[in-house]
Amino acid sequence: MTSVTYHDVQFLEPAKTRNYLNVDYGALSWLLTKDHKRIGILYMVSISVMFILGGFFALMMRLELLTPEGDLLTSDTYNKFFTLHGIIMIFFFLIPSIPAVLGNFILPIQLGAKDLAFPRINLLSWYLYMIGAFTGLLVVIIGGVDTGWTFYTPFSTQYSNTHVIGTTFGAFIVGFSSILTGLNFIVTIHRMRAPGLTWYRLPLFVWAMYATSLVQLLATPILAITLVMLMIERFIHVGIFDPALGGDPLLFQHMFWFYSHPAVYIMILPAMGVASEVVAAFTRKKIFGYTFVAYSSLAIAFLGFLVWAHHMFVAGISVYSAMIFSFLSYFVAVPSAIKVFNWTATLYKGSVSWQTPMLYILGFIGLFTMGGVTGLFLAALGLDVHVTDTYFVVAHFHYIMVGGAVMGYFAGLHYWWPKITGRMYPEWWARLGALLVFVGFNLTFFPQFILGYLGMPRRYHAYAPEFQVLNVMSTAGASILAVGYMLPLVYLLWSLRFGRKAGTNPWGAVGLEWTTSSPPPKDNFHETPVVTWEAYDYPAMLKAMGETQNV
Amino acid sequence: MMLTDFPLFPEQASTVAKQTDALFIMLTIVCGAVSVLIFTMIFVLAIMYRRRPDNELAQEEEAPKILEATWIVVPFIFFMATFVWGSWLYFRLARVPDNALDIYATGKQWMWKFQHPTGQREIDELHVPVNRPIRITMASEDVIHSLFFPSFRVKADVLPSRYRIMWFQATKVGRFHIFCTEYCGTLHSGMIGWVDVMQPTDYQKWLAGGSEGSLASQGQALFQKYACNTCHTEDATGRGPVLLGLYGSTVTLANNATVVADENYIRESILSPQAKIVKGFGPIMPTFQGQVNEDDLLKLLAYVRSLAGPRTTTPPKEPKS
Ligand code: HEC
Ligand code: HEM
Ligand SMILES: [Cu+2]
Ligand SMILES: [Cu+2]
Repeated sequence: MTSVTYHDVQFLEPAKTRNYLNVDYGALSWLLTKDHKRIGILYMVSISVMFILGGFFALMMRLELLTPEGDLLTSDTYNKFFTLHGIIMIFFFLIPSIPAVLGNFILPIQLGAKDLAFPRINLLSWYLYMIGAFTGLLVVIIGGVDTGWTFYTPFSTQYSNTHVIGTTFGAFIVGFSSILTGLNFIVTIHRMRAPGLTWYRLPLFVWAMYATSLVQLLATPILAITLVMLMIERFIHVGIFDPALGGDPLLFQHMFWFYSHPAVYIMILPAMGVASEVVAAFTRKKIFGYTFVAYSSLAIAFLGFLVWAHHMFVAGISVYSAMIFSFLSYFVAVPSAIKVFNWTATLYKGSVSWQTPMLYILGFIGLFTMGGVTGLFLAALGLDVHVTDTYFVVAHFHYIMVGGAVMGYFAGLHYWWPKITGRMYPEWWARLGALLVFVGFNLTFFPQFILGYLGMPRRYHAYAPEFQVLNVMSTAGASILAVGYMLPLVYLLWSLRFGRKAGTNPWGAVGLEWTTSSPPPKDNFHETPVVTWEAYDYPAMLKAMGETQNV
Repeated sequence: MMLTDFPLFPEQASTVAKQTDALFIMLTIVCGAVSVLIFTMIFVLAIMYRRRPDNELAQEEEAPKILEATWIVVPFIFFMATFVWGSWLYFRLARVPDNALDIYATGKQWMWKFQHPTGQREIDELHVPVNRPIRITMASEDVIHSLFFPSFRVKADVLPSRYRIMWFQATKVGRFHIFCTEYCGTLHSGMIGWVDVMQPTDYQKWLAGGSEGSLASQGQALFQKYACNTCHTEDATGRGPVLLGLYGSTVTLANNATVVADENYIRESILSPQAKIVKGFGPIMPTFQGQVNEDDLLKLLAYVRSLAGPRTTTPPKEPKS
């Protein structure tokens, strides 16, 4: 009860037994591992490489856009760079980021399980990811691709003379990795919860991952079939999308966005899950409106399937169908708003700690809000006509994907880093990094809203001179952002060796992952935990921990 | 010097621009206020309740529950209002005013071609009179493009599969940007141009300068060149239906369905005649897919459109096949 104060509790000493990192050594023990934690690490390394590569392309684009003339890169190179940037960031970085790295590592532990339901399939997911990634890299090496990450037909099927088939094949393969991860998570959440861990006692991260997995499982097959149709048309000229062959180019857009709109939620839902965990841990408080936050994840996942054509308001769909899609788009905005307000309300009378994960999440809430409200502009039909396919859209989706999802990933990475590695990262450097990311991000992308409303189209290698000042600001911001992202790379690696030892529960947070040692033992827990408290129930949890201590 | 031409807001040069901007400004104010509110709340609460030795653990007290209902209902009402406003504007953009001046446009990698009803053709440059609705009928010869007039706040994708129609009414004389906003390959960012809005008298003068005859008359020549006239005669004696008064009328098909003969119907009738067979006729019209390019197609369209007159839908007594 509340008579136990925080200071009364002595947390468990890290177990002296072996942990998952040092049970065995050698490359094969990693490459053939079935341990969800090691697979999480494999993913972490792979997507970091991809993030750096995608970031490189972004920086080159921003440098090109420093001047209105297309002088640094040729048009073809610029087109390849934004295509590769988009494909890498979406398919090879952001979609796997939180689910495959943090979800893989933390989800089973949060459930009190020894592993995911299908450990081998989990390893298979990573191999599929790697095959896809290597295909992607091969394409980069042999000359790249220039269709944009959206692969619109008939450009992609008839007119582009770059490596479209190779790229779509890579994306196709990586899709299966995503499907299998989703499947694995769903089964695990249903079947492997610890005794006493009822649905309403689940951490909100689990709810978010559950919703994400549903979308991965249901939407990704559509992408797969769309890409196969694209490959068939390009390869053997069967008319599906190309009007010259009797196909319909809008069919492609419908199919593409039927996957890719829900995919936006594959990227943002996990970050919302992290936000809930971090807000609870760094206010030491139950999330305000737990059930609303939990169900809003499912609502988003469901409604996310019904709004795809809001990407096509000027593409040539009928006025009435446009109205329906606009109407439904406003419905998705409701559960997102619910979350933002609930996180904010949780701060009220909390014990707010300004540590790095929380800084990232406070930034996340604000930036996600801005990304969300600018979505309201885009869903307003008549206004979308003006702003769609301009920099306004570029700004909007970077606010969601970078200001939202990537910030969420970095928050989670810092929050669970002590658990994953057993070491603390250096707090002040990390705070500096978070600040740089926040400032750099806003400077990069805020001017783009104005550019977009002025009419600067996206995917432009050269632009009208009156847009230069805002573009220079944006490029300056991108350099700050780059430094902000480089810092964690350096200090996190540094902390592996020199970081302070973390202990079981460095944040004094609740949740099963904070009851096992850092890094966790191979089987996660020495004995199966029994859950007797509600999610984020600080008083009860502290009491339980106190009792364990007294035994 | 650079700072002097450093606009933060686009010029308003069409009738809808003001309405689009009104919605934009309303949203900016409300959403800006909400964003500022959230940022302030976060900042204030995070400072007020920052962790100190005396609040290592949060207080159990929560914010009032009624808040939950408030922030579901209030935003929802606002969303619906925005939805209605946005749709109203979209409908306005979809409905072309009467007495619009017809311009035909084709997009191709990487240029815009515009044709005036009187036959003038121009590339990456479009002359239009001020204060008169301009209706653009357009198609693409290759990939998807998108025709965007930022100062008029209108854009529409230009498809290779069918005609798209857009309209605007310029309110200011001047030169304004034309951009392509659908990525279309190497020189996408070079697929740009200018629209010259002129006083009607200047426009007339401009039109007077050279042309190869009106679009419809050029279309008429093509109608003969492609031997359409062998079947589509002016009386009901040919093997094909009379096209007089076809445009805008309702056509009954062989399967008794009806369609309105709009631009896309006429386009389809020429490119894939078998798709919809007019009641009383055989499927004998050859396809012109691949033989007529987009430019010529537009001219034929202009010609068919110009064939005013009461529709004589009476099919020939004996179906000719
Ligand atoms: C061999 C004779 C023949 C030729 C040549 C021909 N057509 Fe046709 N056309 C027909 C017949 C028969 C129909 C009605 C059956 C159908 O819908 O296909 C028709 C239908 C049409 C229609 C739809 C008319 C309606 O009442 O709905 C249009 C428009 C048209 N043709 C335009 C053209 C044009 C333009 C050309 C020249 C490029 C052309 N046709 C050449 C025979 C011909
Ligand atoms: C880190 C700083 C980043 C910068 C400076 C940056 C910059 C850019 C630029 C200049 C474009 C081209 C816009 C256009 O012309 O349409 C772009 C497009 C894009 N970016 Fe980023 N970006 C960054 C990070 C990210 C991240 C982290 C993601 C996703 C996880 C992302 C996803 C995309 C996507 C999907 C596109 C669209 C690509 C396309 O149009 O095909 N970006 N970005
Ligand atoms: Cu979408
Ligand atoms: Cu283009």
